[in-house]
Amino acid sequence: MQTDILDNDFSRWMLLLFLGALVTLAVTVCSMALGAVLGAVICSWKLSKTLGLRGAASIYTTVLRGIPELLVIYVLYFGGSSIVTGLGNLFGYTGFIAVPAFVAGVAAVGLVSGAYQAEVYRGAFLAVPRGEIEAAMAIGMRRMQRFRRIILPQVLRLSISGLGNVWQLTLKDSALISVIGVAELMRMSQLAAGSTREYFLYLSAGGIFYLLLTNASDRIFKMLERIADRSMPSSTMGRV
Amino acid sequence: MDIHFLAATMMELLSAAPLTLLLFLLSSACGGLLALVITWMRIAENPLLSSFAKTYIFVFRGSPLLIQIFLIYYGLAQFDIVRGGPLWPYLREPFVCAVIALSLCTAGYTAEILRGGLRAIPVRDIEAARSIGMSGFLLFRRIIAPLTLRAILPSYSTELVLMVKSTALASIVTVWEVTGVAQRISSETYRVFEVFSCAAVIYLTLNFVIIQMMALLEFKLSKHHCPMA
Repeated sequence: MQTDILDNDFSRWMLLLFLGALVTLAVTVCSMALGAVLGAVICSWKLSKTLGLRGAASIYTTVLRGIPELLVIYVLYFGGSSIVTGLGNLFGYTGFIAVPAFVAGVAAVGLVSGAYQAEVYRGAFLAVPRGEIEAAMAIGMRRMQRFRRIILPQVLRLSISGLGNVWQLTLKDSALISVIGVAELMRMSQLAAGSTREYFLYLSAGGIFYLLLTNASDRIFKMLERIADRSMPSSTMGRV
Repeated sequence: MDIHFLAATMMELLSAAPLTLLLFLLSSACGGLLALVITWMRIAENPLLSSFAKTYIFVFRGSPLLIQIFLIYYGLAQFDIVRGGPLWPYLREPFVCAVIALSLCTAGYTAEILRGGLRAIPVRDIEAARSIGMSGFLLFRRIIAPLTLRAILPSYSTELVLMVKSTALASIVTVWEVTGVAQRISSETYRVFEVFSCAAVIYLTLNFVIIQMMALLEFKLSKHHCPMA
């Protein structure tokens, strides 16, 4: 019986690594979603006519793209509880509120992802030909109509390749939240390596899982790009 | 706001800044040199060399830096041949491992940037140079290298900023650079926001200086290209 379990050690750890990879995917998807919302808001501030909003957006992207992701993670993990507790006290709750590591990690990676996504959306917006917006105005489309019919579909199409890069960054950044104990792929590889003393084996296995994830997502984004560009003349394909 | 605490923290963090800078400079230099080799292999006719370079770039760009640092710091130490080898006194130092991992990683990214720069050279320029009899090293030194250098500067400055940010990961294998020290101070004092804000200021300043220097270099190298200046 004893040897049976030992024999299966490898497969049991690999199963845990696989589960870790799923958590990594979940973290990346949640962070990308948070980043998409933040990125859209920050992008609209960047393009706004109000100086204050432009300034705030500029500070946001400069700071979050300029400091190490690890710092953002530490601040939100160690400082997050005091922010949330402070907010709780404001609303009359007197106890201490702890922020789960998963939430703090997703928030941190999402904040960084948002800064990069804002730039992607801004670039895509600026790449929409002015003439089309003018044409839409000329035939009397209102602001919301222009946004929904002309701007949004094109910004989405032009953003795909940039979003693919941000996805890769976010996927790799998600490995950093292993330091606050979230049981994602990196953390699982470390655990497997440390418990079995087979550092090289399990860390390589973790690395291979990451390569599979990045490679697969690269293919998916390329496919999305192809689908989105299907109806466009081939001359614009190389432009973005 | 406790100015004394902020000042004391800033001083303590600044004393760790040289280590961050050293990590950055050493790994950028080593990574840059390695990137030249990888790029050369990547564009070589020999399928063995180019597929090695492709695999290298795929592996180091596709996996997180943290796992690369761990593989080198913990992974290599597992093998007796490494522990008994002549390089062991260096390889057991976390600082050396961090520099190796950072260099290997940035080499993958920089090689792709270099390849992009090479592709941006107009074929006509090379034909013109050949037609007046330049070839081999002369062609490389006078035409290819300067044009590539100018083409890669914007994306290389982004890569350098990413490198500065990446040095923070060395703290996880106990290199006491700025992030590591900040983490230690914050866990001793529980003043998370003050401490990490000071660290953020240091990184932002460093990145600002790097971006400005690269912009200056770009401006100097392309003065004749830019009518506005």
